Amino acid sequence: MPVTVRIPTIMRSHTGGEKSVTGAGATVGDVLTDLDSRYDGLAGRVVDEGGLRRFVNVYVNDSDVRFTGGLDTPVADGDEVTILPAVAGGA
Amino acid sequence: MLVVPASLVRLVWQHARRDHPDEACGVLAGPAGGDRPTRFVPMANAARSPTFYEFDSGDLLALYREMGARDEEPVVIYHSHTATEAYPSRTDVALAAEPGAHYVLVSTRTPGDTEFRSFRIVDGVVTEEEVRVVDEPPEDLEPPEDPE
Repeated sequence: MPVTVRIPTIMRSHTGGEKSVTGAGATVGDVLTDLDSRYDGLAGRVVDEGGLRRFVNVYVNDSDVRFTGGLDTPVADGDEVTILPAVAGGA
Repeated sequence: MLVVPASLVRLVWQHARRDHPDEACGVLAGPAGGDRPTRFVPMANAARSPTFYEFDSGDLLALYREMGARDEEPVVIYHSHTATEAYPSRTDVALAAEPGAHYVLVSTRTPGDTEFRSFRIVDGVVTEEEVRVVDEPPEDLEPPEDPE
């Protein structure tokens, strides 16, 4: 099931500068695995051994996947997945 | 170098002082590719902390969609330090994820301080840059939103 994945500026080195790419899979995790087969290293920017990286947000349409099942969040044909690094810091 | 209208500098300072002792944060958006901030976008600090800031994840998505629809970029990402100097902390450097942005810091540690410092943070390297505050706003400067 093809979905559109929006890539943040800092990760476009993995996609040849593309702002959005097409991936396939039944879940967010599947889509990331699929993308990683063509855009080497991309998945590692989003997930680590523990799952989603703490300071990277992933959304399916309008929903942050942290609240909808994380990497197991289902995706459907035509969904839009957005990857956005957190804007965060501290003293 | 960061060129920034004085009106936006004032708004950042007002936000930082209002949220003290918590850190304040937000964006100065501007037309894509122009490197000139024109629009003040204060963000809620979801961490509500004197030592940490983070945009709420839902607000972050809405912000990027809005900027995309307006063909804008986050020209400046600002936040305040409330007990330390206006210089990027190790956490700030580790989490900086907009290599094209000017990272602005202000410090509310010392009342009356008006330092408005800007940095590039790319691949873990911090470079301070000159800030030029201009009185004449760019022609496309929009009336800033009233933060109150």
